[in-house]
Amino acid sequence: MKHLILAASVLAGPAFGAEIWVTNEKDDTISVIDVDTLEVTRTIPTGERPRGITFSKDYSKVYICASDSNAVQVMDPVSGEILYDLPSGADPEQFVLHPDDRHLWIANEDDAVTTVVDTVERKVVAQIDVGIEPEGMAVSPDGKIVVTTSETTNMAHWIDTTTHQIIANTLVDSRPRHAEFTDDNARLWVSSEIGGTVTVFDTATKAELAKIRFAITGVNDDLVQPVGFEFTPDGKTAFVALGPSNHVAVVNMETFEVESYILVGRRVWHMAFSPDHSQLFTTNGVSGDVTVIDVASREPIKTIKVGRFPWGAATRP
Amino acid sequence: MRWLPLSLSLLAVAAPCAAETALNVTYLRLETPPVPVLSNLDPIPEDDGIAGAKLGQSDNATTGRFLGQSYNLTVESVPPGGDIAAAAKTALAASPFLILDAEAAAVLTVADLPEAKGALILSVAAPDTRLRDADCRANVLHTGASFDMRADALMQVLLTKRWTKLALITGPHQADKDWGAALRAATTKFGLDLVADKNWTERADLRRSASSEVSLFTQDLPDHDVLLIADESDDFARYVAYNTWLPRPVAGSEGMVPAGWSPTLEQWGAVQLQDRFKEGAARPMRPRDYAAWVAMRTLGEALTRAGSTDPGVLRSYVLSDEFELDGFKGRPLSYRNWNGELRQPIPVAQPRALVTLAPVEGVLHEYNELDTLGRDRGESACRAFGETQ
Repeated sequence: MKHLILAASVLAGPAFGAEIWVTNEKDDTISVIDVDTLEVTRTIPTGERPRGITFSKDYSKVYICASDSNAVQVMDPVSGEILYDLPSGADPEQFVLHPDDRHLWIANEDDAVTTVVDTVERKVVAQIDVGIEPEGMAVSPDGKIVVTTSETTNMAHWIDTTTHQIIANTLVDSRPRHAEFTDDNARLWVSSEIGGTVTVFDTATKAELAKIRFAITGVNDDLVQPVGFEFTPDGKTAFVALGPSNHVAVVNMETFEVESYILVGRRVWHMAFSPDHSQLFTTNGVSGDVTVIDVASREPIKTIKVGRFPWGAATRP
Repeated sequence: MRWLPLSLSLLAVAAPCAAETALNVTYLRLETPPVPVLSNLDPIPEDDGIAGAKLGQSDNATTGRFLGQSYNLTVESVPPGGDIAAAAKTALAASPFLILDAEAAAVLTVADLPEAKGALILSVAAPDTRLRDADCRANVLHTGASFDMRADALMQVLLTKRWTKLALITGPHQADKDWGAALRAATTKFGLDLVADKNWTERADLRRSASSEVSLFTQDLPDHDVLLIADESDDFARYVAYNTWLPRPVAGSEGMVPAGWSPTLEQWGAVQLQDRFKEGAARPMRPRDYAAWVAMRTLGEALTRAGSTDPGVLRSYVLSDEFELDGFKGRPLSYRNWNGELRQPIPVAQPRALVTLAPVEGVLHEYNELDTLGRDRGESACRAFGETQ
């Protein structure tokens, strides 16, 4: 632990403005980007292979999936110090924090289970058998349903958060990576990386409403691989990262039409908005950088070098 | 299996098919007589291929439990020279789904049995080009990478590097010669320059004398960028590297090797597959294991999406544009509807790391870049799949 203390003391700089926190999968670090200056202000060591990252509701804690350390680490975002590890099951890749601000729902990629962890008691509450290589995790805003997507089984598993039982399984295209409910609870979006599609479900009936496809001039269809995505708060626009096609698609959430494509860095993974939603920060795994997109004009405005294989991103206002 | 009844009862509400659907598959192997090789370092595992099929069965079963599907795998292994036709008849009487681990002649014997009409055979161990060409069969799909696909992959990488002057040493066995022929053809296809073409003739025990023997053997080769070695039996190639007259990298069967699968693959989620495989088999995944895994997953994916256990329905679905399978190689896998061959990226790797995954960036194709590897639509003499031109 000695390097942590050292790093924390060296790096605990003033934290004034809003920040974007980016996990660097192959550097075992987090790069902290200042939203005002668009510069990296801190680099914080983590456990091995950090991927999923999310803040507690009051931003007093940041949760990090340290996949190869088989733990979810809890960090003080001010000092950058790891406070303690939560039990997480093996190989935690991605998670969601329930709206109760207390339970983390974790996808354990190697074990084909979803683990529910109580962050207060620091113990595992439940483990639910799901398909092979669970990854995408979504919780409905009303807190009633959690969805795990499994990459090899190609399903979204709908789990009742009260009973911890699977209530439905819906097939999607190959290698589902990410899932999100819309803010009104009405719809669930699931991206399929190898299938090259995003499927939209009706939450009430669990029926497929739409399948969104992408086509970028000059890019082979095979390389258009949807992974992470984010919705604008007005519920009108979705930004979808398209992996090795090096583009982010802008999708109209009412018509499901793709309105434009934005060129970003190589193998774009996940993204996070600035607190005022005027900028979008994308993690570009292969090029090791973050592209800043101006949301209004839908133009990339800056590239920021971070660590090796940036993966997850989270906003700290 | 103890969780199975539990999960099924929970899922009954959501499962689209209430009744259990079972898909039975036979893994039929014709063992090959062992070829004597110089080194004892790398014996071929007894369960080469079989371990991959088992993992595919387990992967299918995990998905299947949410859908009321079960998958059964029966393994039959026929000793060298044994009666493969009789074993195939027995297997086909039990199920029309056959994963066939046998050399080309045996594949044709089985495919041409009256009992095999309408069956779906997935060939995992016959890399011969002729089975994707004039000798193709409508009831046979190929998940193992052909000699052609592998050779094309290697040449694409060499061309990208501009290492275009090549010398070739070919071993004495038929498989060496076939692999050598594929390499030769691929140099022409991609416009590389084959400056020397020699047959391996040394009979010495190279474990003791490699430095002097190989040095002499390669001394008369004209200058070249890369030395290609066709040694499918894994006999002498390992002793050639670093013992050549000129300091040149080796490729083909040693050094930089194109193959259907490589233990060095980590990207595209491959590490998950590698780990799952190692957990069950206690060894790294080999190309034949991968081909067998793909074969099982093909059947599983087809049943899940097409919702039928009829071999004709599954075959049509697998050959349609609808079918795609995530094979942990970064692009969806599908089948060529002109010869039944799996369309797949080919890793070109050295023992410790991936060099490149072919097709390489910059190689272009009108429809699908993966079709730059192996027999493309216009190049194949296969007509058993109908006139798809």
